[in-house]
Amino acid sequence: MAVAAVRTTNPMLLVLIAVVVVFVVAARRSSAPWSRSLAVFFRLGLIVIAIRVVVEVVFGLRLPGNVLFALPRVPLPAWAAGVSIGGPVTVESVLQAAVDGLRLAVILLCFGAANSLASPYRLLRCLPTVLYEAGVAVTVALTFAPEVVIALGTTRDARRLRGRPTRGIAGLRGLAIPVLEGALDRSLQLAASMDARGYGRRFVAPTHRRVATGASALGLLLVMVGVFGALDPGSMPAGGIPILAVGSVLLAIGMTAGGRRSPRTRYRPDMWRLPEWGVVLSGCAVLGTFVVAGVAGVPGLQFTAYPLHAPILPVVLCIGILVGLLPAALAPSPGGPGHRGLDPTSVEAEPRPSAGVTGASR
Amino acid sequence: MIRFTDVTFAYSDSDQPTLRHVDLTIGEGEFCLVVGTTGSGKSTLLGAINGLVPHFTGGHLSGAVTIDGRSTRDHPPRELADLVGMVGQNPSATFVTDVVEDELAYAMENLGVTPTAMRRRVEDTLDLLGLHELRHRSLLTLSGGQQQRVAIGAVLTASPRVLVLDEPTSALDPAAAEEVLATLTRLVHDVGMTVVIAEHRLERVVPFADRVILVPGSGEDLIVGRPQEVMAESPVAPPIVELARLAGWEPIPLSVRDARRMAGPLRRRLAGLEAGLPASSLPGAMPEPLAAAERVSSAYGSVMALNRIDLGIRRGEVVAIMGRNGSGKSTLLGLLAGLRKPTKGRVKIDGQEPGDLPPRKLIKLVGLVPQDAAVLLYCSSVADECEAVDRESGLLPGTTASTLDRVLPGVPRHHHPRDLSEGQRLALALAVILAPAPPLVLLDEPTRGLDYPSKDRLVRLLRELAADGHGVVLATHDVELVARVADRAVVLAEGEVVSDGAAREVVCHSPVFAPQVAKVLAPETWLTVDEVRAALTASVR
Repeated sequence: MAVAAVRTTNPMLLVLIAVVVVFVVAARRSSAPWSRSLAVFFRLGLIVIAIRVVVEVVFGLRLPGNVLFALPRVPLPAWAAGVSIGGPVTVESVLQAAVDGLRLAVILLCFGAANSLASPYRLLRCLPTVLYEAGVAVTVALTFAPEVVIALGTTRDARRLRGRPTRGIAGLRGLAIPVLEGALDRSLQLAASMDARGYGRRFVAPTHRRVATGASALGLLLVMVGVFGALDPGSMPAGGIPILAVGSVLLAIGMTAGGRRSPRTRYRPDMWRLPEWGVVLSGCAVLGTFVVAGVAGVPGLQFTAYPLHAPILPVVLCIGILVGLLPAALAPSPGGPGHRGLDPTSVEAEPRPSAGVTGASR
Repeated sequence: MIRFTDVTFAYSDSDQPTLRHVDLTIGEGEFCLVVGTTGSGKSTLLGAINGLVPHFTGGHLSGAVTIDGRSTRDHPPRELADLVGMVGQNPSATFVTDVVEDELAYAMENLGVTPTAMRRRVEDTLDLLGLHELRHRSLLTLSGGQQQRVAIGAVLTASPRVLVLDEPTSALDPAAAEEVLATLTRLVHDVGMTVVIAEHRLERVVPFADRVILVPGSGEDLIVGRPQEVMAESPVAPPIVELARLAGWEPIPLSVRDARRMAGPLRRRLAGLEAGLPASSLPGAMPEPLAAAERVSSAYGSVMALNRIDLGIRRGEVVAIMGRNGSGKSTLLGLLAGLRKPTKGRVKIDGQEPGDLPPRKLIKLVGLVPQDAAVLLYCSSVADECEAVDRESGLLPGTTASTLDRVLPGVPRHHHPRDLSEGQRLALALAVILAPAPPLVLLDEPTRGLDYPSKDRLVRLLRELAADGHGVVLATHDVELVARVADRAVVLAEGEVVSDGAAREVVCHSPVFAPQVAKVLAPETWLTVDEVRAALTASVR
């Protein structure tokens, strides 16, 4: 969806995308703490639109058009010739800015939706075995953050009990050192505990495994470049899709080769079944419609405010976007069979908002 | 199962070996209790079983430790993970994941257990430890007792043959501790697991133990034997054993049940002497309490930690606050110490609100020793710490050092506070708090990790403080401590005062909080061995 949003500038299509995303989230989200992030992203999007319009009004390029109102023009020295402050404001430029802002806001909304539907921990669980060590490190770090907050609290209290200042620079220094000490202590205990519980057991790193790890890393890099290409059709003539494909293949090879040798097993892995495929496919369908439409030059995909006109609504693209509604019904229901009641979100719904990104990196 | 052959171990920074020529065999399915004073080498002995000593701690170990034929010399702890499960004092520091179920599965994932077997074992463990209702909970939101059970479960799922526990119940309230111990006994009897456990509060564990290993410390030979034999001569003994020594019971009873069956004659001798007990009524109506909480409520978000509490503390009184884990004890102390302000109501100490005072004035009014005394200390040596307190509180140089000598003589001045034993560290923290001479002294779980000699000293010190006119409040799970030191006991539950009265009455009438002596001699209300001893000698005279 995010990719689709990047590829269009038609405000009506953008609004439609936003509605679809919000609808799916509303249908599928859980009560977990991260579920509230959509609202945050929504507000962020509104702010983005506002900023974009204000910037355009104040600093915007003065293109000819229907003048809305005029701001006093601030004279600038000659070296700042490219920049103008104030001057006449046209309907076209404001509209263009608003649409640009809207585009950015919709992209943000899509990521917000991804966030509110997926638990970071469950995403980590989906990491392939090759990257297991990295995954554990991230998990430990994620649990660490709240503990540091707790440690900060106790240290603050302790300083107050000792009659020392808790504010200001002296207070900060006195806080940081014990907290860091505590953090180091904890990490030592944690390391001992992990060791005693078999972490890193019988770890042999044969050559092919190292090659596999290297291949996955390279693949990941290529995937990232490819995604960039896919998102920004202007930067790469080939559109980045081939690089994405090569990267994905490399990543897949690396992961299967590396994963096969690992003696470690996974507890209750998340199932990947028909509904999950459905979600991914519907995401791809949306993306596909837009890519095809872009290549074929369907009118209405791009919208410019010059000259001023009402945007037309391309039927094909509307249908394409509406396919994105399917996950609301398709996605595995929270707490349904095969799903752990723990975080009753559908992590599988996650690929949909940015199908091009996550779908491939899996 | 576990075999120590001529094991000598010394930490790299010490020239005295902690363990010297230890020969020890622990058989399959034994419940072994390791006792000893703090710093005697109990934890070292336990750590040597799964190889954390010396693989993780450093130091030099000679001789051999073999577990089921595997030597810790060739097998680092991770290679013994399927054989030995290790549970530490502080479970929250050992959690790797964030959710109960994942934590239980973690060790199995490392061991490469197949998913179906993993699933089955997790379910079994959840049932065995009664954790099934918590399976999806975040580990950070669990209470201490729950966390400890999860930590035990997390090593159990790897189906080890040996379970090693270092003071597993020290942070738990009496009920939660019973729960953990009952679980362990069940494992020994039903599964035939070998359990090695170190514990200070012997009264909780001795009845369950098959064998007791006494670590005398300073490298002397271990004393190993059946609980009755070792307890008869052990320097550390639960009250029930001391009572038995006093009454001359033979063999020494270890459980309340055994003791009650033998206590008939003693009870008859003591009948009628109860009048000689210290007055159970509170010291007469003192006009002005030192500190008072008036209809105090405190909330964390939507959770009410305290709900309209009324509490007055007089000078010269030791008040014990008891209650389950999470019943609001620490919150109440925090309010009294001015760490936070009440959501509703008022706290007054000597007419001032502690929450409004700047830190420098606050420490002259009230001092709190938190649960983990180490957080109070941050200088790099004991001497520095003392000087820092003198300087910052504007005391005469040497005040803190002399306070420390009064609390506990002989704390090495050049040591880092982290290297002190638990008892020494508590003494230092107490000295730091007591040096500015606040009239109100608060202690949160002061006996955590303390051995019996340190506890005796603490009891004497608290009585002295009360006699000097301080008001002392302690929040604790340790019923034996309450029996010995408190004038008044307040029981909290769900943020409300359930009972408030003379310690003798409150404690004796609760099945959970009654000390062992009271249980043995019920229905009469004797609390401690010392009282019984005093009454007996008086009656003979």
